[in-house]
Parts: sequence; structure tokens; C-alpha cells
Amino acid sequence: MTEPLSVVVERDFPHPPEKLWRALTQPHLIAEWLMKNDFAPVVGHRFQLRGDWGGVLECEVLAVEPNKTLSYAWNFPSDDAAFNVKTEVTFTLSPTDAGTRLRMEQAGFRREQKQAYGGARAGWEQFFANLEQVLARTA
Amino acid sequence: MTTSTASDRLFRSLADPTRRAIFERLCREGEQTVGALTAQAEVSQPAVSKHLGVLKQAGLVRERHEGRRTHYSAHPSALVPLLDWTRRLAGFWETRFDELEALLKRMDQ
Repeated sequence: MTEPLSVVVERDFPHPPEKLWRALTQPHLIAEWLMKNDFAPVVGHRFQLRGDWGGVLECEVLAVEPNKTLSYAWNFPSDDAAFNVKTEVTFTLSPTDAGTRLRMEQAGFRREQKQAYGGARAGWEQFFANLEQVLARTA
Repeated sequence: MTTSTASDRLFRSLADPTRRAIFERLCREGEQTVGALTAQAEVSQPAVSKHLGVLKQAGLVRERHEGRRTHYSAHPSALVPLLDWTRRLAGFWETRFDELEALLKRMDQ
């Protein structure tokens, strides 16, 4: 059974996989294109991605295959079920004639099934509205 | 606020694999009765009815009465909020990739 919610984004970069790998795994470089972080390319390493809007993503490295695959849990824990996000992000690097194809898949979106769901709100929409604000600022 | 609870119902209704299977079957095979759906499901008829109720609330399934029988059909356009949301998320990563591209260029210098 496929996950109900999964997002795939692919792009070709005119750079070798080794260089993309550095951008994906060195904290000061990750901060330049994604978010501030305390990442380390070690399976089981727990780290945070900190958004400028104040949100903190709780992450854990799941797979590391240098220059090929990087996978981590991408969670946005919240007592409010509507905001609770648990996903996995996987980056796959494939060499091409001109450089590297980078594929990002974010999968496993589902909300925690909690009893107290009463005040259901557009948690997702708020979450991404926040992200969009950040993006607008960084643009 | 109305639309937000509507998308909550949509997301939750699709989080269950049995409900997804029922919805997929209705999309694939067209209108069916609870009996026909139960015959191929691995759950009881009351369970199938309950799942159909949740799908109906989310707008994913519609019912049509014909005498004593009720026919259920898929209403896939109810998936639109989900597609919008997915597009927004893809947009997030596209923008991140733009930043990544800019960073890779800077790394050459």
C-alpha cells in the first residue's frame, strides 16, 4: 500500500555528486539552502532543523551512503494533533553526463490519531503558511 | 474555518489503508453496493459501512438510493485540497533547490 501523501522533487545540477553531497551533509552548507541545524552524517544521529519562523523540526539520520543516498526522519512534534507531522526525507544522487540528478522524496505524511481531535484546525496550512513566509523573506 | 475542517476530514479519511482500498476500488470499478464491497474486503459489512460513512463525510464518496439498496460511488474531485497541498509542498522543495543551486555556484568561487 502506497503512502497517501508523498512528494517527489527532482532536479539536474551541473555539479558532481561529491559536491552535492557536501551541500547536503555539512551543517554550515545545509544552513545556506535549507535551515540552521546540528546535522552529522551518522546513522542514528538526532538533530534539529530550525526555521527562521521559530519552528523546530526534530530529525534523525536513517541512512547514509556517501555521494548516493541520505535519508532522515523529519518530524514536527506538537501536542496539537493537527500540527503533528511525521515524515521521512530521502535524497538520492545519481551521476549524469552533465553532473548529478538529485531526487528528494518526502513521504509518510499522516497525523497522529489522537482522541482529543476536537478543535481541528488547518494545521498543515498554518505550517506551510509559516514556511512560505520564510521563503518569501529569503527570496 | 469550514474549509479547514473539511481538509482535516479528507486527510484523516485517507490515513486508513482499508478506507483507501475501498476508495481506490470505487474509483477503479465504479459504483457498488456495500455487499459487493464487503465480498472483496477483509472486514465485516458493518466495518465497510462505517468506512463508507467516513469517506462520505470527507466528500470522497457519494450514495444513491435505489429501492432498498444503496449504491456508492467515488467522487475524486474531493481530492483537490490534497493536490493543492501537495503542490505547495513541492513548491517548498523547488525553492529550496533554487537555494541549493545558488549555493553550489558560490562553492565554485
